[in-house]
Amino acid sequence: MRLALDILTIAALSAGAFFYLAGTVGLLRFPDTLTRLHALTKADNLGLALIVLGLLPQVEGARGALKMVCVWLLVQLSGATVAQLIARVALQRRPRA
Amino acid sequence: MTDLALDVSLVMLLPVIAAGIVVARDAVVGVTLFVAYGFLLSLVWVRLAAPDVALTEAAIGSGVTGMLLLTTATRLPRVERTTEPFATPTVLIAAALCAVVSASLMSIVVFPPAEIRTLAPAAMASLPDSGLGNPVAGVLFVYRALDTLLEKIVLLLALLGVWSLAPDRAWGGVPALRPSAQPNSILVFLAQCLPPAGVIVGLYICWVGADQPGGAFQGGAVLAAMWLLVVVAGLRDVPPVGRCWVRLSLILGPVVFLGVGLAGFAFADAFLAYPAGYAKPLIVVVEITLTLSIGVALGLLAAGSPQRMPQP
Repeated sequence: MRLALDILTIAALSAGAFFYLAGTVGLLRFPDTLTRLHALTKADNLGLALIVLGLLPQVEGARGALKMVCVWLLVQLSGATVAQLIARVALQRRPRA
Repeated sequence: MTDLALDVSLVMLLPVIAAGIVVARDAVVGVTLFVAYGFLLSLVWVRLAAPDVALTEAAIGSGVTGMLLLTTATRLPRVERTTEPFATPTVLIAAALCAVVSASLMSIVVFPPAEIRTLAPAAMASLPDSGLGNPVAGVLFVYRALDTLLEKIVLLLALLGVWSLAPDRAWGGVPALRPSAQPNSILVFLAQCLPPAGVIVGLYICWVGADQPGGAFQGGAVLAAMWLLVVVAGLRDVPPVGRCWVRLSLILGPVVFLGVGLAGFAFADAFLAYPAGYAKPLIVVVEITLTLSIGVALGLLAAGSPQRMPQP
């Protein structure tokens, strides 16, 4: 059981780290604001979700686990909102094609 | 090994961002970098095992100060490009003096004195008498309570300074902060969802401050952020600063603190001393009222000076 949980942790953390890496590469390499936002929000949502998922088996007690899930939900909410706000401003400022 | 990698990355990133803040041509870019700098600095405080300082840095140093600077930067006329560059000798002298200060600070860290005098053991030995578990809260509310009290009064003075910039016709009126130009359903959604959770987090940070990292300033900053979110989304108006309840909630915390301090003369033989056995409850009452007052003060600081009278 312990081994299975540890393997889950390693797999989820590696996948989360990969999403963060991919998101950062996208942020640096993509051409305009909207595509950069796309890369960044994927990293935030999925990367953080995978990292929280991976750390859950390692937490002692339900309160620590609950706090981590709350952190993820709050980051989801604020990240999604801020991405929408930035995207709208970027759309308004985009020169007409 | 991973700790070392994290520390080295932080130490390498911070000076680069600091240099970016200094050389940024645009004020808004500089402020954005300053906020990023603050968050990285709070990570450094975590690595230095100072979570209280890390929370304060993230909430006040980066969050509230960042918002104040951003508001200022967007209101200032763009003067940077028109100002004359400083003469070369001035720049060289300033750079030399900065280098001397940095080198002296660095030498203290790199070559510390043989015997470091510290009051930490004595402070920890007496901490249980106060009923507090967090040594930082002990220093703030027991050993250096006078500093903490004066700090809160300085905050009120700063707010008075901001208010004194109001034009005569708007004295006691509504601060300059307005809802974002276009009412935006997503911002409204966030302003409806987040504050219930945020208020709980703010109160929690204040409550655990007695025994764990946290405290009045950090909790108050979270409360202020929630209020600002509601105002920016256009759900509620900023109240005129002349309102009686606004002013009462501003001075509530400092007045309660001062009252407890004066009562110390009668019940504990000294100003700001707590009677034996009642230290913890008194400190908790002071801290909760301070959190409220700090929240209102920080929110109104960010809202700016009064600019118009309320619409009848």
